Amino acid sequence: MGIRFILLVNKQGQTRLAQYYEYLTLEQRRALEGEIVRKCLARTEQQCSFVEHRNYKVVYRRYASLFFLVGVDNDENELAILEFIHLLVETMDRHFGNVCELDIMFHLEKAHFMLEEMVMNGCIVETSKQNILTPIQLMDKAS
Amino acid sequence: MALSGMRGLSVFISDVRNCQNKEQERLRVDKELGNIRTRFKNEKGLSPYEKKKYVWKMLYIYMLGYDVDFGHMEAVSLISAPKYPEKQVGYIVTSCLLNENHDFLRLVINTVRNDIIGRNETFQCLALTMVGNIGGREFAESLAPDVQKLLISSSCRPLVRKKAALCLLRLYRKNPDVVNVDGWSDRMSQLLDERDLGVLTSVMSLLVALVSTNHDAYWSCLPKCVRILERLARNQDVPQDYTYYGIPSPWLQVKTMRALQYFPTIEDPNTRRSLFEVLQRILMGTDVVKNVNKNNASHAVLFEALALVMHLDAEKEMMSQCVALLGKFIAVREPNIRYLGLENMTRMLMVTDVQDIIKRHQAQIITSLKDPDISIRRRALDLLYGMCDVTNAKDIVEELLQYLSTADFAMREELALKAAILAEKFAPDLSWYVDVILQLIDKAGDFVSDDIWYRVVQFVTNNEDLQPYAAAKARDYLDKPAVHETMVKVSAYILGEYSHLLARRPGCSPKEIFSIIHEKLPTVSTSTVAILLSTYAKILMHTQPPDPELQDQIWAIFNKYESCIDAEIQQRAVEYFSLSRKGAALMDILAEMPKFPERQSSLLKKAEDTELDTAEQSAIKLRAQQQQQASNALVVTDQRPANGSLPVGQLSLVKMPSMSINVDADVAGQGLTNTNGTLSIADPQPATPSADLLGDLLGPLAIEGPPSAVAPSEQNLMSGSGLEGVSNAMDALALAPVEEQSNSVQPIGNIAERFHALCLKDSGVLYEDPYIQIGIKAEWRAHHGRLVLFLGNKNTSPLVSAQALILPPSHLKMELSLVPETIPPRAQVQCPLEVVNLRPSRDVAVLDFSYKFGTTMVNVKLRLPAVLNKFLQPISVTAEEFFSQWRSLSGPPLKLQEVVRGVRPLFLPEMANLFKSFQLMVAPGLDPNPNNLVASTMFYSESTRAMLCLIRIETDPSDRTQLRMTVASGDPVLTFELKEFIKELLVSIPKPSIAPAPAPPQVQPVSPAAGSLDPGAMLAGLL
Repeated sequence: MGIRFILLVNKQGQTRLAQYYEYLTLEQRRALEGEIVRKCLARTEQQCSFVEHRNYKVVYRRYASLFFLVGVDNDENELAILEFIHLLVETMDRHFGNVCELDIMFHLEKAHFMLEEMVMNGCIVETSKQNILTPIQLMDKAS
Repeated sequence: MALSGMRGLSVFISDVRNCQNKEQERLRVDKELGNIRTRFKNEKGLSPYEKKKYVWKMLYIYMLGYDVDFGHMEAVSLISAPKYPEKQVGYIVTSCLLNENHDFLRLVINTVRNDIIGRNETFQCLALTMVGNIGGREFAESLAPDVQKLLISSSCRPLVRKKAALCLLRLYRKNPDVVNVDGWSDRMSQLLDERDLGVLTSVMSLLVALVSTNHDAYWSCLPKCVRILERLARNQDVPQDYTYYGIPSPWLQVKTMRALQYFPTIEDPNTRRSLFEVLQRILMGTDVVKNVNKNNASHAVLFEALALVMHLDAEKEMMSQCVALLGKFIAVREPNIRYLGLENMTRMLMVTDVQDIIKRHQAQIITSLKDPDISIRRRALDLLYGMCDVTNAKDIVEELLQYLSTADFAMREELALKAAILAEKFAPDLSWYVDVILQLIDKAGDFVSDDIWYRVVQFVTNNEDLQPYAAAKARDYLDKPAVHETMVKVSAYILGEYSHLLARRPGCSPKEIFSIIHEKLPTVSTSTVAILLSTYAKILMHTQPPDPELQDQIWAIFNKYESCIDAEIQQRAVEYFSLSRKGAALMDILAEMPKFPERQSSLLKKAEDTELDTAEQSAIKLRAQQQQQASNALVVTDQRPANGSLPVGQLSLVKMPSMSINVDADVAGQGLTNTNGTLSIADPQPATPSADLLGDLLGPLAIEGPPSAVAPSEQNLMSGSGLEGVSNAMDALALAPVEEQSNSVQPIGNIAERFHALCLKDSGVLYEDPYIQIGIKAEWRAHHGRLVLFLGNKNTSPLVSAQALILPPSHLKMELSLVPETIPPRAQVQCPLEVVNLRPSRDVAVLDFSYKFGTTMVNVKLRLPAVLNKFLQPISVTAEEFFSQWRSLSGPPLKLQEVVRGVRPLFLPEMANLFKSFQLMVAPGLDPNPNNLVASTMFYSESTRAMLCLIRIETDPSDRTQLRMTVASGDPVLTFELKEFIKELLVSIPKPSIAPAPAPPQVQPVSPAAGSLDPGAMLAGLL
């Protein structure tokens, strides 16, 4: 079923963006986020970008103070997901210009719009930055 | 900074960000929630802008982990808003906050449909995305035709069609019938002619879902996929924006190759040739480059190509090219590539016959087992396990053993199990096997299940050459300091049987053997004490001519245990004592165990099943799966004999010879060995035999000759001597009938006993049935507890609808973390459970656990061992401290006294032991009267903090069934609860009844009064 969740978490472990593609209760989310964040944040640069946790494989990548964590099932191409994270970051970069944690925090809705254009039901919908950003730009113009 | 156009939202976010701590944050969030709630109440006054703002705030709060239990209606209602900005928020927030079963979704189904069939593209996209994310069955039924129409419509723009494709995928998963295979396969094939890469990416995901269940219908898509792959690989007609670091959409390439792996083979020679050309190009043409992103992307494609090559079973040359590549990968510095190299090498093992080439990399893989990264270590372990065979077993197992001593806790269990399986599967000789298992027990005893040491006993018993060797080894291990209890068990058993073979060696006289084993007795649990008693009896029998001194010593021990609380031990003590007085007859009665019938190891069986599963789980291994189906089918028929007789193959896995007797005895109406009785039901999925393996193993010990002949005499002995051996059976009996009403699945072992055992120790099995095993591991610190529930699926198919609910008593705060709904085959999931003790109380928490296996719904209610004594810590106090405290707590309600009658007679040392096991520290000599006992302990709860408790018991040596008990502490509730708790300990034994005829409706391990007061106990009592 591909991507199960996408989490953006800062160095302090605070969630900055969370999008789940399977339903978990709030308690389940809290527990899952706590465990995964603890595991991933403790890892060093020399270790690989994949962490096995319960039935998930977490593919993660760090950009400055932000960690991008993507939970996938065991049957997903890990490197493709790893680069998908980078594609997301580049897309945000193109929109915000040198994106940082604050941009995502204060433009939560924009971040959601972007994800919405990129992933649907755990599958990748679009990988062209131009196409991803078109609806958002249209909206910006309108307002 | 242009703040999202919603000032209020930005202000709130920055307020939350500026909070110094969690408490402040909570206050701020609560304030905001209150505000939103009030604003929503008079909705009329809200502008669409305000509504939008509040709904975003709700989503933000929800993301921070706070419950937002209102305002869902407002979010959903925005979907019907006429303007895009509101509608968009409505759709997005709804799909984040609600799940597919939420009632509110039904309310908007019409609006959603109108948006989908309407003319506004942007509305179509929003609606399709939401349905694609959270649409349920109802959506599937009412929307699927519209969505299909959009997907194939020539007038629709790509931006709508790509969303329609993934929306249809969701609806198809919810209800496969919405896609009519006959008509749709042609449509799919046409869709793959699409030029737009966005649409193709989505359509390819849809195709993967469709072919994974039915590839036959979609053959016509195969050449199209190959053509897409060619187009990308040759970079023909790929827009710049779909090129990622010079690589034409790596994601679409990967997906396309994934789809191809669902077709079992490619028959058309032209298609096959074109595909292999592309693959060859990828294999040869992927170079390591400096740019990380480019490198990752090209290797993503390369790894997928490797998987496809393996799947297609290419000619040998290409295969060895793949292995060579992987061999290179597992040695590189880049950790991601190393990880994937190991992972893919493991996959390769399953599919093709390349073991020998992979073996050349063994040294490198072993190095990875010591990698600082646990992710990599796990992959290395899996690979080593998979590549092990007779030729390299010795090396690999010894590596695993060596690694075991330094391995992190998280991996030990898996390591131990894998080492045990490999040792058994590929042992070059049996003495090596015995060595390995003993080392395993020594290094990781906690993780060596009983199955494993039973197997050692079985091998040793059946191989005379092995016996002196095993005995000598066992003797050596007992000399070590801090011997694991499992080691005590296996050593005691082997030495009981075979230590006489060592008699001439130094340090191995019966007396010496006895004393080294007996040293361990004070530290072991009751099940081990039972084994030790048998060992003593055996030693006595083997000591010829008899050694009067040793005899007296052992007799004294038997004597002592004749009044043990544990019925099993008591029975053994009484029987061995009277048997050992029979002189020469003892020799016959206690003769060596007969050989066990040869049978397949339960461990190996498990391992085989697991292998089948792993192959089944993964889509890549489709071909491997097909190959294995034949053997799979065999296993199944083996388990379910057509004539409905007892499924012997399965039964004989773990049980020891006495099993069949138990069943017979049960049929004969003895009703004593009830736990095993369930086996006699010809259930198609037989219960894994018997919790009481120990009993089975040791049962026939007291008897001579082939077990089956003696069974009745064992039974007679039990009932003849009028012992309390029935009490266990009673518990079980009381459980069985009630259980049957709701669940057709029989628990394995006695739930009440497991609970009682867990009250005394911190890890063990809480519940087990043929499908699932629930284990528990607990740590207690002051008034906090951390339990981990281990839910293990024992089967080859997943357990679904798993649900765990904690029913905590009012004095415990309990938080159970995520329990996944599905437990994959053969997998174990861990669910931490945090416990905080608020107040003293004896109430018991209950775990309400249910799952579905096939069509069987199983529901059990289990008491959790978060009981009062877990919050006690033994503490020793000086006489001075004790007496000053004792005096200052002068009378009720802080100090309570009670004369307790009907106490089970215990000698003071036994009572002291009992107290010790419940964390009450006995202070000998504090009370001048030798018939009295004084104890102290520290109790922890949130309300009382750490509080000292003092206990005094005054016994009457002329009548041990009554005593006077005084309990004192600084908290009246604590004093009362502790007093009742201790009282329950002292009077708790269920009275032996002669015949357990009508099963009592409730188990009564605690006093009835306490039981009826406590809702948790009442619930659990129903089990």
